[in-house]
Amino acid sequence: MDLVTLSRLQFASTIMFHFLFVPLTLGLSIIIAYMETRYVQTGDETYLNMTKFWAKLFLVNFAVGVVTGITQEFQFGTNWSRYSAYVGDVFGSLLAIEATATFFLESTFIGVWIFGWKKLSKKAHAGVMWLVAIGSNLSAVWILIANAWMQSPVGFTIRNGRAEMVDFGAVVSQPFAIYKIFHTISSALVLASFFIMGISAYHLLKNNHKEFFTKSFKTGLGFGLIFSLMVFILGDMNGVMVAEKQPAKLAAMESLWETTDMAPSYLFTWPDPENERNAVEIGAIPGLLSFLVKHDFNAVVQGLKDFPKDERPPVLVTSYAFRGMVGLGVIFILLTVFGWFKRNKLLENSLYLKIMMFAIPLPYLAIQLGWVVAEIGRQPWLVYGVVRTADGASPVAVSQVAFSLVGFVLIYSVLGAAGFYLMFQKAKKGPELASE
Amino acid sequence: MVLQTRWFFLWGLLWALYFMTDGFDLGIGALYPVLGKTEEDKNIMINAMGPLWDGNEVWLLTAGGVTFAAFPLVYAVMFSSLYTALMLILFALIIRGVSFEFRNKVDHPGWKKVWDTCIFIGSIAPAILFGVAFANIFQGIPIDGEGLYQGNLFTLLNPYGLLGGVLFLLLFVQHGANWIIIRSEGDLHDRAVKMSKNIWPFLLVVAVIFLVASWFATPLYQNYLTSPILFVVILITVVALLGVRFYLEKENWFSTWFSSALTIVGATFFGVIGLFPNLFPSSINPEFSLSAYNASSSPLTLKIMLVVVILFVPLVLAYQIWTYNLFKGKVKPEDMMY
Repeated sequence: MDLVTLSRLQFASTIMFHFLFVPLTLGLSIIIAYMETRYVQTGDETYLNMTKFWAKLFLVNFAVGVVTGITQEFQFGTNWSRYSAYVGDVFGSLLAIEATATFFLESTFIGVWIFGWKKLSKKAHAGVMWLVAIGSNLSAVWILIANAWMQSPVGFTIRNGRAEMVDFGAVVSQPFAIYKIFHTISSALVLASFFIMGISAYHLLKNNHKEFFTKSFKTGLGFGLIFSLMVFILGDMNGVMVAEKQPAKLAAMESLWETTDMAPSYLFTWPDPENERNAVEIGAIPGLLSFLVKHDFNAVVQGLKDFPKDERPPVLVTSYAFRGMVGLGVIFILLTVFGWFKRNKLLENSLYLKIMMFAIPLPYLAIQLGWVVAEIGRQPWLVYGVVRTADGASPVAVSQVAFSLVGFVLIYSVLGAAGFYLMFQKAKKGPELASE
Repeated sequence: MVLQTRWFFLWGLLWALYFMTDGFDLGIGALYPVLGKTEEDKNIMINAMGPLWDGNEVWLLTAGGVTFAAFPLVYAVMFSSLYTALMLILFALIIRGVSFEFRNKVDHPGWKKVWDTCIFIGSIAPAILFGVAFANIFQGIPIDGEGLYQGNLFTLLNPYGLLGGVLFLLLFVQHGANWIIIRSEGDLHDRAVKMSKNIWPFLLVVAVIFLVASWFATPLYQNYLTSPILFVVILITVVALLGVRFYLEKENWFSTWFSSALTIVGATFFGVIGLFPNLFPSSINPEFSLSAYNASSSPLTLKIMLVVVILFVPLVLAYQIWTYNLFKGKVKPEDMMY
């Protein structure tokens, strides 16, 4: 395998692994902070027990998320040094701000929270969890601003043989970044709420700690319902931005070859990039795509043929990842809306509880697919329209990358196995109730 | 010029803060098999750094991130040149970080043994490798005019580089023992005191050898000879090192720890001042060296980042000092959360 392919493989596998843990950290930190706040407000011990039980799972997840994040900070230098040298003036500053302004907050206060139960007042302790939640989510904000800049580079100029910042405000406030931030954080809350509902469903089916898990389930359900809807709405707004800034990606997502008005969305396609067409096209809904991305049935949407062959992303992967993500997003809405109507009769709906138990992995899958759309769909660009992926890799020996890739796969496999094993055990065991 | 010079020293300061903070918990990890005789000892040791190590490690991300933001070319060339060494550091920090969380989650000797080993290797390896890397930077790295590295991992394992590795390890182990002294009681406390006293002469000897070897192996002293006032930094560092032993004898444990902290900061600045204005000197040709002036970001980015650093670094320091203050007492069984 060549250097660029290996480097991409390493980046993709390490970041995807990292992002198995990040969304739960982002979402659950907020929900746990909410639970602990409810405890402080109401004095209801169940909320304290909920805080402690869900925090146990949270902390195992948090540890794996944090350590795999270290890799990401350095990997741009080790494996993508040409990219780093070229865009560091803009991109590097965003990562540095993340570490200095926000990552410190989450990492310092998580230690205070774990070890501070007896050293802090109830209020202060709950406040510390909010600092962790805010720190985690603001860290994600800066990383997403950096990623949005790779998708839609703004506020820079090419000078001295590199990209230099000219408008910091434009970089941090572009709509592309804002939608991405809210879409991603909403999806993290969906994942966390399905995590809570799924584990609660398991225990409710076994009639364990009914009060505890009913309350947990309902807490999860509230967040789940709101953010399943949010993630969908923001996803649509995101799509509008992609259509405007990355038309080739949008065309690949929809496997649309011809530029046309009244652009259709298809229920099913099988793209044939060789012949620049779809081998199979079923269920065209005329004008739907135009309406979705331009809010006008008659609007013209660019097809893939409008772009030179070497500027088109892989159509099959992008389009299927996109459909998978959207389909799952619809399922999340249906499941949470149904649950909302049955929220006071949960125990009578064992089929629903079973479905929710097995639904835990689905948001994980949806989020990974979302990133596949974002990153594969950006190809062949590393920074859209500015730097090609092929030009960004470090001039290191192939053997070095092979060595590190094998190392990451081995270590991450052990880490993932141990982490999920521990979470599984703790989830199955259930809470140790303080009152018992 | 002024902006870049400021950034050079900020860059040095962030690395110094990283070594000062994470240094003691890496040191504790390296001492873990030696001082941690019983299950209780081990638990006290990991819980002594439990509330702090994660926040400490962020200084590394900040140092790395700031290198990226302020000196992108240095970030690119440094981390791709030192590829294998840096990957080993990352692997080590990864397995170490999860070990604290995982170790006590399953009550099985084999499970604990695995994570105990990870804590030890994950601590000792970065301690040595950071020393090796920085000593090599002090003496120059074989990079050509294109920033391409003309060597491999073993190029770094030269005598001066290895000496740097030993020096860092001893600095961190000394610093770690001093933290265990503060947070433990009874037998573990007494053994940590003895350990700290035993390490000290070795550290002193290696530090002196390092200072002498730097004269012959590196150009670090040129800046000192140009401005002899700078020798004060070396003097302070040596006094701090002597202070470690002095306060150990006086049983003033906090001052002992502050002395080893100051020693680490001083040792880092000894090198950083000597390097100036280079961040990543070339051993092939001085013209290929990456300096604060030829490898920095644009003035606008440097200004934005300066504002960020001036706003946030003092704030971070303030809440981290608050945290240290909260967790400076003896570790009691009810404080053990791991």
